[in-house]
Formats: sequence, C-alpha cells, structure tokens
Amino acid sequence: MTIKRPTLVHQWLLIALGIVLAVLMLVVPLVLIFSQALSGGWSLLAQNLNEDFMKHAIGLTVLTTLATVPINLVFGILLAWCVTHYDFFGRRLLTTLVDIPYATSPVVAGLCYLVVYGLESTLGKWLYGHDIQLMFAWPGIIMVTVFVTSPYVARILIPLMQAQGADEEIAALSLGASGWQIFRRVTLPNIKWALLYGIVITNARAVGEFGAVSVVSGTIMNQTLTLPLLVEQLNNDYKTAAAFTAAALLACMAMLTLLLKTVMEWRQKRRDDTPAHFSPETIAKP
Amino acid sequence: MNPSFRFFRRPPVLPGFTPSFGFSVLFLSLVILIPLSALLLYVSDMTWGEYWQAISDPRVVQSYKVTVSGAFYSTIIVAGIGFVLAWIISRYDFPGRRLIDALVDLPFALPTAVAGITLSALFVPTGWLGRWFEPLGIKISYAYPGLVLAMIFTSLPFIVRSLQPVLEDLEPEFEEAAATLGATRWQTFWRVLLPSLVPALISGASQAFIRSLGEFGAVIMIAGNIPFQTEITSLMIFVRLQEFNYPAAAAIASVVLIASLALLFLLQVVQGRLLRRT
Repeated sequence: MTIKRPTLVHQWLLIALGIVLAVLMLVVPLVLIFSQALSGGWSLLAQNLNEDFMKHAIGLTVLTTLATVPINLVFGILLAWCVTHYDFFGRRLLTTLVDIPYATSPVVAGLCYLVVYGLESTLGKWLYGHDIQLMFAWPGIIMVTVFVTSPYVARILIPLMQAQGADEEIAALSLGASGWQIFRRVTLPNIKWALLYGIVITNARAVGEFGAVSVVSGTIMNQTLTLPLLVEQLNNDYKTAAAFTAAALLACMAMLTLLLKTVMEWRQKRRDDTPAHFSPETIAKP
Repeated sequence: MNPSFRFFRRPPVLPGFTPSFGFSVLFLSLVILIPLSALLLYVSDMTWGEYWQAISDPRVVQSYKVTVSGAFYSTIIVAGIGFVLAWIISRYDFPGRRLIDALVDLPFALPTAVAGITLSALFVPTGWLGRWFEPLGIKISYAYPGLVLAMIFTSLPFIVRSLQPVLEDLEPEFEEAAATLGATRWQTFWRVLLPSLVPALISGASQAFIRSLGEFGAVIMIAGNIPFQTEITSLMIFVRLQEFNYPAAAAIASVVLIASLALLFLLQVVQGRLLRRT
C-alpha cells in the first residue's frame, strides 16, 4: 500500500478522529504524569527523588533489570535460532510454549513461583532450612520478572530470522566457518537492530512489571519495593506528588523505549530493504 | 516407537542444534512448565469439595463476570479505535503520522501501574477529562467504566500492530479494480478491503482480549476494587493470598490459568487456519 495525501473530506475527518483519539489516549496521560510530578515545583521533585525509599526502589529495579535482560537475551536468541534453522518434531510446540507467559495473568505467574519456592512446598522448606530466602526477597522478584519477560526477544527475532532464511549461514558453512563464527559474523549483523530492540523492550517490561512482582515481593519498604510497586504504595498513602515522581521516571523510560524503537526499526529497514516491524505484541507465526 | 517417526523432518545442516535446543527446552521447563505444573499439583491436593467451594464463592463468581465482561467490552471498543488508528497511519500522509505511529506502543512500554494511576487521575470528577463526564452523572474512576478504560488503554497496541502490516501489504490494484467495476467507496471498503483485514483483526482482538483478562496493575489502580462490583479475578487471587488462604488462591488461579491456556491454544489453531486460507 502506498501512502497518499488525503484529498477528500471524509478522509480528513477520519484522520482528525484518529488524531483526537491518539491525543486523548496517549498524549494527555503523558502530559498529566509530568505536570503532576512537577505540581510542587522543581525543589519538591528533587526532594522526592532524593528520598531513601526512592533511591532504594531505583536500585532494586535496576538490579532486577540487569539480571533479567541478559538471561532472556540468551534464551531468546537460542530459541529463535533453534526454531528458524532446523525442522524437527515439536518445533511449533516450542513457539507456542514461549507464548504462555504472555497469556498468563501476572498474578497467577507470581503465585506459581510462590507455590514452588515458598514455605508451602517441600523445596521451600528445604531452602528455608538452609537459610536461603527466595520469595519475599529480591531473588524472587528477579525470577518472576524473567518469567514474565521471556517471550519478547524470541517474538521479535523469529519472524525476522524466518524472513531472512538460512542461505547466508549455509554459504558460510560451506566456506568452512565454525558454528560460532557463523553466528558472530553472519547471523548477528543481520539481526543486530532487532536484537537491540528486543533488549530495549525486555528492559521496559522488566522495569515495569507489577502483578507478578507484587505477589512475591511482600512489599517491604526500602527492601522489596520496585519502582512500580512504590508508585502504588505512595498512591495508597495519598502521597500523590511523590507517586507521580516515580511514575515520571518510569514514563521517561517508556518514552526512551519508543524513541529507540523508531530508530532501530529504521536501521533494520535500511539493512533489509523490506518493511520491518518489530512487534513484540503479536504472536509469532511458526 | 513408530518406525516411520523421525525427529528431524529435514536433516540439520547448520551446527548448533544441540546447544540451542537443549538450552531452550531446559529454560522453558525450569521457568515456565515446572512452576505452572506445580500450581496444578498443589491444587490437586485439595478435595473436590474444597476446590469447588473456593472457585464458586459468590464474590469470586462475580469477579469472573466482571473480568470477562470488562475484557469483552474493552476489546470491542479498542478494536474500533485501533482500526481507525491503524488505517490512518498506514494509508494517509498527514502531519504527526510518525509521532502517532511511535506513540501507539506507549501502553506497551509504560508500566501498567503508571497507566493505572494516570488514567485514574485523569478521570476523577475533578480531573482533566473526568470533569466533562461529572455533569452527565457518569463516574469513571473507581467504577466499572474505569476498569474498561484501563483495559482499552493497555490493549491498544495489540490491535494496531496486528492490522498495520496487513494494511501496508494491501495492493492498491484491488481497490482500483473494484472502482473500475463500478463499486462505490463504501462497497470497496466493505466487500474488498474488510475481508482481507478480518483475520488480522480477529487475531489482534483475541490477543487484546487475553491481555485484558490478565491485566492487573492498571485495573486495580482505577477500578476502586469494590467487592461484587469492580473486583477482577486477579485481584481475588491477591485478596486470598493476603488472607493467607493459599489453597483458595491457588484454586482460583488454576481456573484462570486453564482458561488462558485454552484461549491461547484456540488462538493458535484459529490463526493457523486463517493464515492458511489467505
């Protein structure tokens, strides 16, 4: 479909409707976040940012993300490679299984982990006996975040690697390249921008995960509150300006994510010369 | 074993099958399959009577109704909004097109808790948008419409991103042919364009629906969580956990889990069919 300039009245009306919807649904909420965060002036904003609970929540959120992203990056690459370069029994099943975290309610996910590693289970009691606490502590937060954000890298890579095919890799193999050399020199440059966006969106979802984390966190101030949990906690305590300060930090991260997506899609498009969309939202078609 | 069974449908050419397959299966088992099975195992320790009592409590049953109806209404509304946005982004060149295209992903990138407090602050009776509804006597934040609104917001990208590639791939020849044959614009849209968009629309809408059923952060911040009125099922699980009633929480969670897995597999099957047809 070629994009054309609208010429007729009903086309302009439709565009106007779309713009109004987009402004109301997407722009106004963003403006509200920052205006609320700044409602007490810059000094209050700085003061809120300097609070211990805020610094602690930022630290925990960064730790969670730093642990989650590399794990899911490795998993996403290996799974996408596996289902796009070999044809074997159960290939479709693997792509379906990776969609499970996205269809599962995050609260259910958190509860599953609580049942395995919490004090209700034999494993949990054994861990407790050995002084290892996973649930209601940071390791649990990382574990559920890994679960929730596991599909995204694979979902972005699978359609792209499928479209690119394996011809270049096979050519490299026939020229005597080793497996690692093929991946490093042929595959990686081809998927670079998509992979980077996979990292960016996994990061965004890991930072923002709420439901699963709230089940396993125990919401202990200065110990197990990530930024999204802090937003809720402060909001419940009627500390609106502080809640929106944390929200504004998260909104900055979200906007940076959108910006990076636009840039990376454009770079990947230039590389492949085909319209590329990174759609972590849509199901991968095996 | 069946002698005609072969693990590889085509013999692997490239190296690296064992590590990539092995790690993927290990990861999927450890991270996804074992915890989910553990929940079902945990529930299987309960007697049928206890299980039934936990999942058929009137407050819980009402939460199923609220969740499913909220997801249903929000999916219908968001399908309409998403259709308009996808349509104008992929067909017309207008100022701000790229910005809207980029912003469509905002609900996906923005943490749901932030979406929740922001929407609820917008739609309280004194809020920027809520004040227009207040004179009409419509309460949005801390009421059922707020819950639907939160679901609409969080599922918008699913519709737009499902439709967009299909809209961009539509060849103008079809429309031109229809026009040459004397079809009106409306007929062209209804008879030529819409049928080719239906599979993508169904796929996007099902994903939006599944997402809305599981949405937690955004909904609880705006819905007010009034028992029997705006409590969603995910919240009921949370409430049971806070009462330290783990078996009841697990029982409700097993219902949600089985329902969402069934929907996911149904979606995969339907999508496979629809794609093969086109």
